[in-house]
Amino acid sequence: MPPEHAEPEWLTEDHAFSLAELAELSGLSEAELRELVDYGAVTPIDPESSPWVFSGKCLLTVRTACRLRISFDLEPYGVALMVTLLERIQELETQLRALRAQTPHADR
Amino acid sequence: MKYKDYYSILGVDRSATTDAIKKAYRKLAHRYHPDVSEDPEGEEKFKALAEAYETLKNPEKRAAYDQLGRHQPGQDFQPPPGWGPQHGDSQFAFDDADLADLFAGFSGGRQPGGGAIRMPGQDYEVTAQISLEQAYSGTEVELNLTVPEHDAQGQLHRVPRSFKVRIPKGATDGQRLRLAGRGGKGFNGGRDGDLYLQVKLQPHTVFRVSGHDLYLDLPLAPWEAVLGATIDVPTLGGTVRLKVPPHTQAGQQLRLSGRGLPRPHGKEGDLFAIAQIVVPATATDVERGLFEQLAKESTFNPRARLQQEMNHAP
Repeated sequence: MPPEHAEPEWLTEDHAFSLAELAELSGLSEAELRELVDYGAVTPIDPESSPWVFSGKCLLTVRTACRLRISFDLEPYGVALMVTLLERIQELETQLRALRAQTPHADR
Repeated sequence: MKYKDYYSILGVDRSATTDAIKKAYRKLAHRYHPDVSEDPEGEEKFKALAEAYETLKNPEKRAAYDQLGRHQPGQDFQPPPGWGPQHGDSQFAFDDADLADLFAGFSGGRQPGGGAIRMPGQDYEVTAQISLEQAYSGTEVELNLTVPEHDAQGQLHRVPRSFKVRIPKGATDGQRLRLAGRGGKGFNGGRDGDLYLQVKLQPHTVFRVSGHDLYLDLPLAPWEAVLGATIDVPTLGGTVRLKVPPHTQAGQQLRLSGRGLPRPHGKEGDLFAIAQIVVPATATDVERGLFEQLAKESTFNPRARLQQEMNHAP
């Protein structure tokens, strides 16, 4: 079978999802997503506006949340805590990579 | 079909209680879960664990698994006649199925050939390794996956699928892309799954990447650093001329605006050339003489600050 051609979309700040879309794409319910927002694990672009709109990056966060909930059988609060800590680790890893990139290599 | 020993995967006895199975799973899941593990093979190990746990935690599935008998892991086997979730004359397609597919038939009350439950297709996550040059100009990668899919009768088969995915320019390390509807096929009107692609950049011999910015070490001779120079610097878009200002210090970053990686919806990243002052490994008599003359003439004290700090130290 010849390969199918597929056009991807970016999951960045420029791509936005509604709460319903996030629920459908992540496997979490809208109620669970609202709890994640309450606990600060994901934040709508403008939390004061209604309906909520989320950046493309949030989809990755809530998909991780869904995986963790199923794999570790966690309560929403536990999931939110874990997701927040994982994102903190990711931020630190990004900073570490940036510092490594900026450090001249001694052997050259 | 190949046999998998779910008990040995979880490291428990065949007589283990559900509680002991849960404990064993949690301990190992914590170690290998791809979201928390640093083990490069963690994902594969976790998949095996999750598959084993999914079956053994459910008494009905566990009993059905035990009925398959004991075989060596990887050994070909056939389930006994009448085994499993078949109904009437409907038979499971055993040959091209995976052991996990068999037990998927137990869940949610779905029956082969019928059932009204809408099942969304599975999402897939894949990693594409591309070079920095490919990220700079955009590229196309071919993905070959073997995925479980339901046929019209609701039976699961492993089918090869192949995609050509255009990775537009602007991707950088860790970037995620979504291919809507390119995951597993939905069943009974459920939506098709999505395919998530994570971009990994292969290490480059000259450039180091940070987001959309690039860094390179720029070696300068001592006289180039002092007098300034105009030199050729490689970039992903070709060589450019860079004016090194006089009195450039080692470690100083010279920015080449817009010469980094392009961004998906915005201006390009920058390229930073980090000045490195290198000295010749050998010197001719003439060079040596010139350095000696410089040493005699110069009033420069490279350790002035260090001496000052030491004098003020308590």
